[in-house]
Amino acid sequence: MSDKNNRSLVVVQLSGGNDAMNTIVPYNNGIYHDSRSSIHLTEDEIIDIDGSLGFHPEMLQIKNLWDERKVSIINGIGYPSPNRSHFRSMDIWHTAESESIAPDGWLGRTIREIDPEHKNVVTGVNFGRGLPRSLQCRGVPVASVGNLDTYGLMTDIQGSENRDYALSFFSRLYGPHLGRDVILEALGENGINAMIGADILSSANEKYSSSIEYSDTPISNNLKDIAKVIFADVGTKIYYAQHGSFDTHAGELVNHAKLWKDLSVGLGDFFDDLKEHDKEDDVAVLLFSEFGRRIEDNGSGTDHGSGGVSFVMGGSVKGGFYGEQPSLELSEQVEGDMKYNNDFRSTYATLLDQWLEIDPVPILGANYEQHDLFRKG
Amino acid sequence: MSNADVLLMAHLMRRAGFGANKGELDKLVKNGYDKTVDYMLDNDPNIPVSEYMIRRYQPDYGASLGSTTNGANWMYRMIWSDFPLREKVALFWHGIFATGYAKLANGKVLHDQIKMLLKHGLGNYQNLLVELSRDPAMIIWLDNCESHKGAINENYGRELLELFSMGTGNYTEEDIKEASRAFTGWTIANSDYMTLKCQRDSVWPYGRLSMHFEYNPDDHDEEEKTFLGETGNFNGEDIIKIICEQKATAKFISRHLYSFFVADEPPVPEWPYKEPNDPEAIEMLSKVYFDSGYNIKEMLRFLFKSDFFKSEDVWNKRVKSPVELVAGTLRLTKEFNRPSRDQYFTTLNAQYMGQWMMSPPSVEGWHWGTEWLDSGTLVERVNFSSSSLGNKDNIGVKEIINNIKSSLDSPIDSEKLVDASLEQLGALSTSENTRSILIDYADSNLDSSEEINDEEIAELLKFVGAMPEYQRS
Repeated sequence: MSDKNNRSLVVVQLSGGNDAMNTIVPYNNGIYHDSRSSIHLTEDEIIDIDGSLGFHPEMLQIKNLWDERKVSIINGIGYPSPNRSHFRSMDIWHTAESESIAPDGWLGRTIREIDPEHKNVVTGVNFGRGLPRSLQCRGVPVASVGNLDTYGLMTDIQGSENRDYALSFFSRLYGPHLGRDVILEALGENGINAMIGADILSSANEKYSSSIEYSDTPISNNLKDIAKVIFADVGTKIYYAQHGSFDTHAGELVNHAKLWKDLSVGLGDFFDDLKEHDKEDDVAVLLFSEFGRRIEDNGSGTDHGSGGVSFVMGGSVKGGFYGEQPSLELSEQVEGDMKYNNDFRSTYATLLDQWLEIDPVPILGANYEQHDLFRKG
Repeated sequence: MSNADVLLMAHLMRRAGFGANKGELDKLVKNGYDKTVDYMLDNDPNIPVSEYMIRRYQPDYGASLGSTTNGANWMYRMIWSDFPLREKVALFWHGIFATGYAKLANGKVLHDQIKMLLKHGLGNYQNLLVELSRDPAMIIWLDNCESHKGAINENYGRELLELFSMGTGNYTEEDIKEASRAFTGWTIANSDYMTLKCQRDSVWPYGRLSMHFEYNPDDHDEEEKTFLGETGNFNGEDIIKIICEQKATAKFISRHLYSFFVADEPPVPEWPYKEPNDPEAIEMLSKVYFDSGYNIKEMLRFLFKSDFFKSEDVWNKRVKSPVELVAGTLRLTKEFNRPSRDQYFTTLNAQYMGQWMMSPPSVEGWHWGTEWLDSGTLVERVNFSSSSLGNKDNIGVKEIINNIKSSLDSPIDSEKLVDASLEQLGALSTSENTRSILIDYADSNLDSSEEINDEEIAELLKFVGAMPEYQRS
């Protein structure tokens, strides 16, 4: 396995509740076809995995990575007493706390653990405006990058010479001065850190060269920006991006296909890019969604359900199935949903312990049984 | 009018409102300081000016909206209200009685809660706590609908004491249980169905419904309770009455008011271990609390007219919260005279800076002060204020540029230009160092051979928006 110091974790949030049953499809299960009279995928359409489960037809690139044993599929993932509110359920995944409302996010706590003294202002980088709760933690700086090409301070000043000139004044405004109070001290320190962070990230943009041509979709753009920062070796350990909306109450067949196509194509290019830069073994990618959807469709889509599917991908993963594919039998259902059989915090614990090699207990608040996700040696 | 009067009025307006430009400050100074305070407190508009305008753009205003649209509408009122103090007081309580969308999945009940805070936030504190305990969003948020005779859920009882009134260390675990018993039966109509709806996040079959408080006497614990040393068959109102009589409550609320309106205090969890910045001020506010019969309005009147508030020592001693920064900047730029889609998107900036209205991070609300600042959020803060103030197409910025030009006597030099800019943006004060850097910038940017143009002034305003001092209140 790779050197622990080079490893990083890329988290892609599938917002809105991904329909697990139409992602890893139990295509020859009679209950699946009966319950999904409008929204089902047939044996001719899916990409077969093992004679009983198949990938959604648009997951071609992910299937190729699966064949290279770089994809672990975690079926039946969830938590006790499922909540079907997007906000609450996402909050549970973000904070790793399913009982009460927790003050901070699991990745924020992870970044604090990795870099307690904030030596590196880009230990965690979020791609997208505004920090998701998972990355929030008091006193932990995380850069939020909408677009790496235009990221920085005072970006509405046109022309690079003008901006450099402006930033020279910015650094004087925020530089150390005598006689400051607590507030100006804090502003000064963070202003300079913000500038350093922006400089580090824009240097990643300048250094990047690759033969891979990503497609022009939001998720591909984010994955490309993540690749740029990975290749720049600036010490970032946690990357975050979001893809959606998977809230397919209506028009699911069309919308869900487009979502997985964009993601699969993006991940295919991302992994080709990693391979080209010899970084495949250093990166683990987690895909998760706040919940799955109902077993029975509503005519043109599916409503909020429970029991989902997550993926962990990368050159160092073992690949294969984890968790169990939940039974669709009526007696096994939870209020019309698939029943979870493994806690999402087991996957978190595995990533923390086996991949980032930090103690998961203080971050998750308890000891969770781990999966055997990574190759040894 | 003296410059000292303008500076003091600027301080008052930053705290009691969301700031004011020079023209607005001049008018207020003419009215006088005390009269301005009284006017802001005593004027009680039946209908906030902008309600109809919001409804015109958001036909489902107050109905099925989520947290983000609700927040944008609230922001619109903050920008345009003639009574910004009322909005500010509601924001103050929203930070303390922090109730979040995550658990409710229903914008309507949150909208109703903010309306309740607008209506009762400046009134009697005992009454406010009763309203809060009857508020459907709060009942679901802290599970009081799950608290039953013989099987209490302590969540509301605990937070009522810890976060909403007395602070830790002033009551026992037993008091929490007894308070919770007294609030059994305080629930919402049709509570099983409504909580299920929240959990399922479903708009079917009837949309996001209003919720209503309901007192269920059959589920109320009628046995004797002992709370803070007093014994009786207490109901929720009795508990609140006893809470309000406590010195700890007076001190806790006084400290909150001081921290929000006067100068940043340390985060609330540190209060049991750290003395207030100004213990005397807290003492005086506590006295007004009892003398006025727990009247928040009278506490604020005293606060704004006190020497400790007027003292230059506390000017600019608060970090603007993201909402204050965005509302204050938009009040200057006046770029949104309608609650349009663009105004909605611009309001998202507060979220990017770490404050998502109606979606506080936890029951504790937001941590204020320097905790708003980190290298990620500061990028958002600087870019937002700098680009908004530096955009000469904004109506308010145009006005400010014109006022800067007309206030300058020729020959114009950089020093005069910088001072006039800081003045017009609301009598902003800066360190000598910041001022000299701004003058250097203006020097290098001004073309002395020609008349000063709008673009050059706008470039300077970008730097005023970017300077550290603009991030303070």
